[in-house]
Amino acid sequence: MAMTARQRARVSLYVQAGIFVVAIAALILATDWETIGNSVFNFAKIGPMFPGIFVTGLVNTLIYTFLGFIVGLSGGLLLALMKLSSFPLYRWIATGYIEFFRGIPALLVFIAFGYGVPLAFGVSWNVTVIVMISLGMVASAYIAETLRAGLQAVPKGQMEAARSLGMPQWRAMVTIVIPQAFKIVLPPLTNEIILLTKDSSLIYVLGLTASQYELTKFGRDGISSLGAGLTPLLVAGAFYLVITIPLSLLARKFESRSARTKR
Amino acid sequence: MNDVVHPAGSTGTIHAAGVSIKDLRKAYGSNEVLKGISLDVAPGEVVCLIGPSGSGKSTLLRCVNLLEQPNQGSIHVGGFEATDPDVDIDKMRRKVGMVFQQFNLFPHLDAKKNCSIAQTKVLKRSQAEADKVSMHNLERVGLGHLADRFPDQLSGGQQQRVAIARALSMNPELMLFDEPTSALDPETVGDVLSVMRNLAKEGMTMLVVTHEMGFAREVADRVVFMDGGVVVEEGAAEQVISAPTQPRTKEFLRRVLDPTHIEIEE
Repeated sequence: MAMTARQRARVSLYVQAGIFVVAIAALILATDWETIGNSVFNFAKIGPMFPGIFVTGLVNTLIYTFLGFIVGLSGGLLLALMKLSSFPLYRWIATGYIEFFRGIPALLVFIAFGYGVPLAFGVSWNVTVIVMISLGMVASAYIAETLRAGLQAVPKGQMEAARSLGMPQWRAMVTIVIPQAFKIVLPPLTNEIILLTKDSSLIYVLGLTASQYELTKFGRDGISSLGAGLTPLLVAGAFYLVITIPLSLLARKFESRSARTKR
Repeated sequence: MNDVVHPAGSTGTIHAAGVSIKDLRKAYGSNEVLKGISLDVAPGEVVCLIGPSGSGKSTLLRCVNLLEQPNQGSIHVGGFEATDPDVDIDKMRRKVGMVFQQFNLFPHLDAKKNCSIAQTKVLKRSQAEADKVSMHNLERVGLGHLADRFPDQLSGGQQQRVAIARALSMNPELMLFDEPTSALDPETVGDVLSVMRNLAKEGMTMLVVTHEMGFAREVADRVVFMDGGVVVEEGAAEQVISAPTQPRTKEFLRRVLDPTHIEIEE
């Protein structure tokens, strides 16, 4: 019997849903639940992780992310302005920096600033400084591109109006253009914080004292000390979601708010 | 139409400046937009620039406050030589108010703050004084009651009047208008023109690029017709609009004007 286009579309949807259900069922059947229960969902043994993972791990992750973001925001703004500069040398420096730090794994940056730079210059930095610089330098590269797009999205007439009122270039930038650019990039900037939150986990390559542990280090430490298999990492992962999901919702809220205004 | 409050006291006193443009040339690459323009505007005079699009009239206006950098020639504005490489551009621009076709209000600031921001940041007035001047000028354009509205809460005509108040708040000696009513709904054009008419009466020097022939005829002391980067014809408003002598002027006006209202002598 011939079907209408709408009926065909509906049948196709049922088939897709069916395939999905079968795949999930197969996965559940194939799973070795006893082993998994001992090594991944072994929640009986993770008691000792609390309240440390909360008062130290979560708090440190937030602090490291915040510091990295502050450095990244300042560096990113500087790079974005350099990239839009009429002076070619500034543009080249900014482009080189952005391409370099976006192109290499963040892990290498942590190793470079955690071990390489202290060796090369005979300095010893504390962990907070290393995280701030490493995370901040990587974040700068990403945030610079976001901010550059935001600055360019501000209509040219805004700068012209500000200049024709007698504002010098820098004043017009600071008072008129940058505030509008920030409003435009609020959603993507929030996403940058999410990425940064996760990148802060790379700090595990540095030698940390217990009070410096952040979420991932807490999880890894739990693996070796609790005998609950990978369960501590699962717990750490859940805590990341506690940070990232609200940020995600916030970004979506910013997005819908800027979509509602006409400009 | 809203009442326009006439200025009283020191904040409203106009110090009008003149403009002197000599042999001004401007090209974008090989495209010559201004081919040697000379134009003098006396203090307190109102001059309307008319002409087809692409004739260079907006470019000429934008050269006066250096939003465009001329290639050749000289511009003198109220004691400043705009074309001097050592001119303090920002200081000069304080004396020159500019009103744009697209208003260019600052969308993140309310009407009052739009008017006060440059006063506090550039003229270093106190916030209280700047607010006073802003309110005075918003009332002057009939919008004192909308001072706390943001640009997107205002109609096009209201936005343009805020833009005029913003420029006036710097106590300019010359006002440049770049097609101030071209982006407006027809029913809001009148309010903006009426604000401009009052400003002209108060003795402000005004250089206006416009397609509003009625306004030009009524308010302008002089009308300058430009085409192809040169001044084709200039003279008293009534003469240029009602009795043009050059064929290109006649042709342009015939296209622009409703022939049932104004007869053009052949």
